[in-house]
Amino acid sequence: MTETSPEPVPRSVLSDPTRFLQEKFTDAVRLDEREGYSGLIVDSDRLVEVAQSLRDDLGFTLLADASYVDYLEDGFFEMVYHVSSPHRVGPPMVFKAQTPRDEAALPSLIPVWPGADFQEREAWDLMGIRFEGHPDLRRIFMWEGFDGHPLRKDWREPYYEEEQKPFGSRWPEGHAGRAKDRIPYGMNVQYPGGFTLDGWRTEGEESLYEALDTPLTQEPGIHRIKTDELVVNLGPQHPSTHGVFRMVVTLDGETITRLKPVFGYLHRNHEKIGERNTYLQNMPYTDRLDYFNSMSNNLAYAITVEKMLGQEVSERAELIRVLMAELSRIQNHYAAIGFLLNDLGAFFTPVLYALKERELILDLFEAASGSRMMCNYMRFGGCAYDLPSQVGGPAIRPGDRERVLDTMTFIEDIVYERLPRATDEIDHLLSENEVLLTRLKGVGVLPPERAIAHSITGPVLRASGVPYDLRRMDPYSIYNELDFKVIIRENGDAYDRYLIRLDEVRESLRILEQVIPRLQATEGQDFWLGKRTYTIRVPQGEHYGHAENPKGELGFYLVSDGSANPYRYHVRAPSFINLSALEEMCVGHTVADIVVVLGSIDIVLGEVDR
Amino acid sequence: MYGLGILRGLGITLRHFVETYVEDIRAGLKHYGADEVFSMRQGAQAKGLFTVEYPEEKIAVPERFRYIPFLVVNDEDHPDAPGEPWCTSCGICAKVCPPQCIWIVRGSDPETGRPVPQPEAFTIDIDICMNCGYCAEYCPFDAIKMDHDYEIASYDRTTAHLYNFDKLARPLSYWQRIAPTRAEAERLEREAKEAAKAARAKGKQQGLDIVR
Ligand code: SF4
Ligand code: SF4
Repeated sequence: MTETSPEPVPRSVLSDPTRFLQEKFTDAVRLDEREGYSGLIVDSDRLVEVAQSLRDDLGFTLLADASYVDYLEDGFFEMVYHVSSPHRVGPPMVFKAQTPRDEAALPSLIPVWPGADFQEREAWDLMGIRFEGHPDLRRIFMWEGFDGHPLRKDWREPYYEEEQKPFGSRWPEGHAGRAKDRIPYGMNVQYPGGFTLDGWRTEGEESLYEALDTPLTQEPGIHRIKTDELVVNLGPQHPSTHGVFRMVVTLDGETITRLKPVFGYLHRNHEKIGERNTYLQNMPYTDRLDYFNSMSNNLAYAITVEKMLGQEVSERAELIRVLMAELSRIQNHYAAIGFLLNDLGAFFTPVLYALKERELILDLFEAASGSRMMCNYMRFGGCAYDLPSQVGGPAIRPGDRERVLDTMTFIEDIVYERLPRATDEIDHLLSENEVLLTRLKGVGVLPPERAIAHSITGPVLRASGVPYDLRRMDPYSIYNELDFKVIIRENGDAYDRYLIRLDEVRESLRILEQVIPRLQATEGQDFWLGKRTYTIRVPQGEHYGHAENPKGELGFYLVSDGSANPYRYHVRAPSFINLSALEEMCVGHTVADIVVVLGSIDIVLGEVDR
Repeated sequence: MYGLGILRGLGITLRHFVETYVEDIRAGLKHYGADEVFSMRQGAQAKGLFTVEYPEEKIAVPERFRYIPFLVVNDEDHPDAPGEPWCTSCGICAKVCPPQCIWIVRGSDPETGRPVPQPEAFTIDIDICMNCGYCAEYCPFDAIKMDHDYEIASYDRTTAHLYNFDKLARPLSYWQRIAPTRAEAERLEREAKEAAKAARAKGKQQGLDIVR
């Protein structure tokens, strides 16, 4: 694997990057000394230089997250960058840049980290920070007739009631009414001043097609015959896009020359809702991000808030959490493989075999949490409930059939027997299949240094040969007590991304084998430390918490002003950022391969669009 | 040899097909829906066909299952206060509800105007309810619980989905039926709390006696 920095970095530098930067850029960086904050504040005109030094001198080659905060009272916006290194264990390094609210502009960091592309577009769209030098700064989630930048603190949604929940109108004088009656259809949209739909032209569409006209910075290395290029829209309604997602491609014959993903069809401004909510109220909303893995989302959010609260978690709760998170990973990978095969045209046999196993895992989720997919199971300090004694419940309605399955036996059965057998079966069914091999091998190759540059995480990054797994790089919960390998594959093509999911399922099963005896040993112990209270105040400060979700690094950047509602609630969604490399993976291949590449990334639109 | 991988895959599909019949024989040729066979075929050891023929057959949902909430009221045969709601209109559920779909008018005494522990109106907009279960989890009086009835499709979403008190009320016995172990555990907890309270009151009384 290639290193971005030409010379090896001295250890002393690696151990204290903050001091290194302070010495190198004496007048351009200062420590963030606000209460509860950390990291460096960088002068915006030296931002690119500092970023370059971080990448090249210090080895922070992966831009994990670019978040943005509106400090309305102080009159500035702040970009908060978290960078990590695939060779460095520990929390990410954080640096910030500030820009006045009335003329918000910062230099784009795409030249340093191409993975900044979508994240900067997001900051432009939702916060209105202009990024100088960004080649394609368009709105990313909202449409172009949209008024304002919704995550600004002074922006209010059409159904606005109050800054923060709980709303006063619900109790004690809660005379019910529907928001739709209060604000009828047609009045629930805000247009920019002077805007009319008559004669409005889809400027956004035009700038999208213009963006496709610019040449790729990376010459794809395909031989060109002089032909007319053809623009083709895939989606937004297309079965292979796994949701409402659109890709606009230019074709030279059958070969893809450019590709632009179009997002936002499922956008609901999760983060604005999150800032109206209390910390506790956000938990069920995280279920709806990557709705295949609500358990893992819960875990990532819980550990972030717990860190800010200084809340302890009992051993049993940690064990239950790991059990749920790893089962979630297994069922996610099963589904990912199954749906990939669906995309390839192997209609429904593989996916149903995969879903059959997944259903058993969901049975356990349902028994433990009350819901198969929207689990809302974890709380700050533990889990909502202990493991149930039974998987299944009493028959009450006509036609109900009871199942009597003891929970621990059920877990043992699926972990020791059922799932290993099913994994082998999927392996035998698919891995050697000649059609699958032809469709996947050598398709969508992503070299390790490009994967890192594009901020790719999760199985996609590991399939490119980079052993980056947050369970090892920045251990949380009890992962440092568990024995497992971080699996990597070398080729970085779609086939390796398929194989690595099978590997990871096996590795997760190994983790579960260590968890089960400990679960049995802790039976009856606390599953929740602390008080079951709905009023939770979080001390002032900021924190970025992250976890290795089945699809990659799920991060939450929270800013607290000491109240019960987060001042800023930002989600670093792995599926969204993993799409940064979609174009690069597709260029040079044919249209049919787009489906393969997209399926092998494994995205979920609930998380992409937020 | 080219095609071997495909053949092997086909073998696996064939095995799945055959296994279904083998399971039938193992189950003693009873119909798939027979009760004692059901746990086996829906459990972790099952092989072959997995389908449950909804709506003729349904898998009974676990006790913690959560759908739209309901309000617990006394049964009709309650000795003192039949049909009385347990809700004290304390407002906690309305505050904790993430999408803010619970609307409560706190009851007040018509003469004095002072709050009384009973809701005057209680409404849940079930279109907005996200079935999170917080209301049931944080209600200090066990007065609101998550229902198990998920078949609530209706023809009119504009008026029928604001559930008022009458539509939300269910007798305690219903809760005991759909979640027997939880209802029992809650009863014991309430009794323990009552006992502790009584003991405290008594202790206080004694303390006063001593002071006197
Ligand atoms: S929390 Fe319970 S007692 Fe209080 S208002 Fe809600 S249902 Fe009634
Ligand atoms: S289940 Fe959740 S969303 Fe529904 S009423 Fe209760 S608290 Fe509100």
